[in-house]
Amino acid sequence: MHPAPSVIIFTSLSGLGFGLIFWMGFGLPAVNGMIVVAVFATLGLGLATIGLLASTFHLGNPQRAWRAFSQWKTSWLSREGILAVLTLITFFIYACLWAFLDIRIAALGWLSSALAAGTIFTTSMIYAQMKTVPRWNVSSTLLLFLIYSAAGGALLAAQMQAAGALLAILAVVQVLAWKQGDYAFAKAGHTIETATGLSALGKVRLLEKPHSGTNYLMKEMIHIVGRKHSAKLRVISIALMAIIPATLILALDAGHIIAALAIVLHVAGLFAARWLFFAEAEHVVGLYYDQR
Amino acid sequence: MTQLPTFTKKKLGLVIDLDTCVGCHACVISCKEWNTTSYGAPLSDVDAYGADPDGSFLNRVHTFEAKQEGCSAQTVHFPKSCLHCEDAPCVTVCPTGASYKREEDGIVLVNEDHCIGCGLCAWACPYGAREMDKVEGVMKKCTLCVDRIYNENIPEEDRVPSCVKTCPAGARHFGDFADPTSNVSILSAARGGMDLMPAIGTKPVNKYLPPRPKADITPELDVLGPLMAQDETAGGFIGWLDRTLERL
Repeated sequence: MHPAPSVIIFTSLSGLGFGLIFWMGFGLPAVNGMIVVAVFATLGLGLATIGLLASTFHLGNPQRAWRAFSQWKTSWLSREGILAVLTLITFFIYACLWAFLDIRIAALGWLSSALAAGTIFTTSMIYAQMKTVPRWNVSSTLLLFLIYSAAGGALLAAQMQAAGALLAILAVVQVLAWKQGDYAFAKAGHTIETATGLSALGKVRLLEKPHSGTNYLMKEMIHIVGRKHSAKLRVISIALMAIIPATLILALDAGHIIAALAIVLHVAGLFAARWLFFAEAEHVVGLYYDQR
Repeated sequence: MTQLPTFTKKKLGLVIDLDTCVGCHACVISCKEWNTTSYGAPLSDVDAYGADPDGSFLNRVHTFEAKQEGCSAQTVHFPKSCLHCEDAPCVTVCPTGASYKREEDGIVLVNEDHCIGCGLCAWACPYGAREMDKVEGVMKKCTLCVDRIYNENIPEEDRVPSCVKTCPAGARHFGDFADPTSNVSILSAARGGMDLMPAIGTKPVNKYLPPRPKADITPELDVLGPLMAQDETAGGFIGWLDRTLERL
């Protein structure tokens, strides 16, 4: 799949933002005072909002984006949009009361946390529901997105012990997800023979493409160049995203500088991991082009 | 409305005969022509006469080669367009309700005025039946020529999809699969009409007829063998020469 920068930025940043909102819903970091609470809350709201805005950059007609809230009965993308907005509104009220009136309504916080977790779940379902992309159509996709957000959110919420543990778990889940993904296409059993229905005639190969140039399908679904360095990128992303930050904050006294460094490394690694999430994903339509 | 109808009165669709298709691409061109001048936004081309041409098409013809070990290969021309699936995943993923499946005849359509061009439906389709239009930013797909098949302003014999009307080989057939006595139902039953990628669970309405078994495909084809064998028992001057040279 084509790794569109807007989608990589959207899913990464909004995941971090909703992760922070999740922790703040439980009153963490346990800070007081208008400025401190406002800074954390603005960070959470800002990341989530920037992510949502970035997602409209890849739309053909963004002026009609409001229509995307209408089909919650069947569409995970629609559900994500609705839950994201509900989370932002609920958390905004909760954070304003906490920051400006020093009233922290626990129930409202829990509701924000639940909505944030729900938003992340719907994001993961947009990918996990795709039977056409076997690498995504697996259980680890759901777990992966939830842990990305929980770990990144803990890091931003300065919950260093929790962040260290969650980053370590993230490293394990990420490796398992890559392993599960590597076998997913073969396990789903789709081949050029099932795509064409010509298995009775023998081994099938593409003799001639339907067009001499490229087209939307090939640009969007077939992305071979990006996988060339996937082994190296996997090592780089998991080191930056999980292993180095976890080691830093668990081994060293977590001051502001260490925490900031851990966040910067985590976000860089997260972008690389998300890039791989798209670049490594193979769509079954590639079978008709004898390319995956 | 992205909820799929539980029942459609008709199941309009195509039978595509892989035995008959000659791969001329006439259906591709007639489809492009009809759908550029009628339903929704025109099918745009970008850099059509330049170095990197690109454009939207609703129908494309792939050409495959199938080969069994020890047999000669055979070529299969493979037209591919929307299969108007009963369980269409492109419809249910749509966040705006622009994609829908019609209750009256099962045709899957896009309301282009509601489409935001997010591209999720194209991801959900296993067959590559949907292409985003670069110029209009909306998703384009086969309409089964909904503006021809019910069009009372054109002669009755033209009220079939453009690709069907134009096919010079008669490889494309249009009809109602809900009616067991229709041309497409009978043809599909007689020739073993098949679904593409059935494991995905889309329940396509369109059926593909597999190529008929070919008599000269099954044995290993030795092009020179028969000629050589004939030479050994040749008569006349060649036979005399052959026998004489053999004796020397």
